[in-house]
Amino acid sequence: MKILVSLKRIPDPEQKTRFKGNAIDFSGTNWVPNQFDEYAVETALRLTENASAGNARDGEVVVTTIGTADAGKVLSSALAMGADRAIHVDGADENLDADIVAQVMKKLVEAEKPDLVLMGKLAADSEGNQAGQLLAGYLNWPQATFAAGIEVVDGGKALLVHREVDSGVETKKVPLPAVVTVDLRIVAPQAVKNGKTAATHAYAEGPRYASLKGIMAAKKKPTAKKTFAELGVTPALRVKTVAVEAPPARKAGIKVGSVEELVAKLHNEAKVL
Amino acid sequence: MDFTLTDEQKLVAQTARDFATRVLAPKAAARDRSGEFPEAELHALGDLGLLGVNVPEALGGAEAGVIAYSLAMQEIARVDASVSVAMAVTNMVGEVVTRFGSDEQKRTHVPRLTSGEYVAGAFALSEPQAGSDPAAMLTTARRDPERSDGYVIDGAKQWITSGDRAGLIVVWAKTDPKAGGKGISAFLVRRGTPGMTTGRHEEKMGLRGSTTVPLVFDGCRVGADALLGKEGEGLKIALAALDGGRIGIASQALGVGTAALEAAMAYAKQRVQFGRPLAANQAIQFRLADVATELSAARLLALRAAWRKERGEPFTREASMAKLYASEAAGRACDAAVQIHGGYGYTREFPVERFMRDARVQRIYEGTSEVQRIVIARDLLGAAQQRDAQAGR
Repeated sequence: MKILVSLKRIPDPEQKTRFKGNAIDFSGTNWVPNQFDEYAVETALRLTENASAGNARDGEVVVTTIGTADAGKVLSSALAMGADRAIHVDGADENLDADIVAQVMKKLVEAEKPDLVLMGKLAADSEGNQAGQLLAGYLNWPQATFAAGIEVVDGGKALLVHREVDSGVETKKVPLPAVVTVDLRIVAPQAVKNGKTAATHAYAEGPRYASLKGIMAAKKKPTAKKTFAELGVTPALRVKTVAVEAPPARKAGIKVGSVEELVAKLHNEAKVL
Repeated sequence: MDFTLTDEQKLVAQTARDFATRVLAPKAAARDRSGEFPEAELHALGDLGLLGVNVPEALGGAEAGVIAYSLAMQEIARVDASVSVAMAVTNMVGEVVTRFGSDEQKRTHVPRLTSGEYVAGAFALSEPQAGSDPAAMLTTARRDPERSDGYVIDGAKQWITSGDRAGLIVVWAKTDPKAGGKGISAFLVRRGTPGMTTGRHEEKMGLRGSTTVPLVFDGCRVGADALLGKEGEGLKIALAALDGGRIGIASQALGVGTAALEAAMAYAKQRVQFGRPLAANQAIQFRLADVATELSAARLLALRAAWRKERGEPFTREASMAKLYASEAAGRACDAAVQIHGGYGYTREFPVERFMRDARVQRIYEGTSEVQRIVIARDLLGAAQQRDAQAGR
């Protein structure tokens, strides 16, 4: 199986957001891979290896990102985790929105012809949750979003995708090729079953670490560079930034003297009772 | 001059940090209390490549270099110094066999060290009467009278880290007792070799998740293939290994010192006395600033020594300077952290008391602070002086 995985770097969610004038100040930002994209890489690796036979590779994982040269480093960590090769599309964050990302991905899919596109369900900075759906639309491919479990069925011609919904787990059968976006639980120990790794195999929870051998091997793996022009994409933002404002500082709380006073305040001032 | 780490070095540090945070941190305090040996954790370190960071890929190592090793050691020690000391000795044994071993010794032992199959490596140099002065050792290895080749080892070794767990132990013994330091040879002894027994575990102040034992050799027979290097080369091998080992301990000290500083900063920001956080007091700020400055200096010393070793340049003096300064700076960092925590710092409720106990030995093992000063002074005043003047070092 050949899988294309998209990655985005985002500001470290643990870091406090700084504002400068009417914009976010990224000068001291520590950039990290979007966690859901790391889960997508882990899912792709699990789908293309036999963990019961020393993680022997059985398929190809191509990782891609759109961004500056510095943003391209997100690909090194995916290659170090075990992805086979990378495609770095030159671009800058301020010139991107979900629609442009989907258009670029469409061109990459047409060139690479993967059996499956795996993406994070959303990027934890902008929380758009659109790129996967838009891509499936542009490709006219089946899609399954928020995957919490994936099983390869029909001799590799389809996937059973388990999605957690409010009322339980919904299971969809998706013929390949398809676009699947992944949720947090896809990296549970037994969330991915590829039909090769023993069904009883339990992975360590979470995306795998880049081993030192993986890190050193990543240096030798190929990274192709592409531009929007080469891909035939003319970027035109559909999302416009109107304003950026820091949220108002939280006001100090008060201590109440009694339950009666609390109820009175909730009723009269907060008007929630 | 360029202080930038390569992408690979950053990724190695990130992997070590992620592993330490996700796997080691949750049980570090519990291991300190129970004294449980981190066998599963060492296997996991082997899987990640952290037991052979600077060992060639062909021998199962990661071949990531000495700087990457220092960074990884800092990250592991920042969370659990006990795990890091077993990691340090295993890396050191892997490197020493790589450098001095025969092709067969390398093929036999190094991949087993780096993969974790041996669990750990051990380094048996010290003796009850021979600590800072290894040439005073009493352990002997005489030619085996019952067969044409091989040796019989007799004697006792002291303070052997992981000595009861290690699959491979480098043992130093005198093959020519009359020749003093030049009569010492090194041997590779497998765990379970008859005639080698483990003594009572030391009840240590810190590093309680690592084991430290005496080893007793009573008619312990090893083959000629156990000899590492040539007869009489033992002390040279030991000193070369210790030079590299000191980069490891300097990095370990940095890790523990950094953990103490981070804990002190977090506590100082959160603890309110006299109506404001401790961190609002200049007395506390200055202490934190001093600790951070010293740790930064220690980091530069450690990375310089690692950089020189990686480039194949002499680094004995630099490694000793790094080890001396980093271990002393870590001690001061832990002391400051405990002081800033007040009474809470003296209890097991907070990790700084563990850091303080773990850091204390860093001024003692791998050569005491006093021995480091001897090494530095000897290098400074000795034959190196002229060369240094020419090189502007």
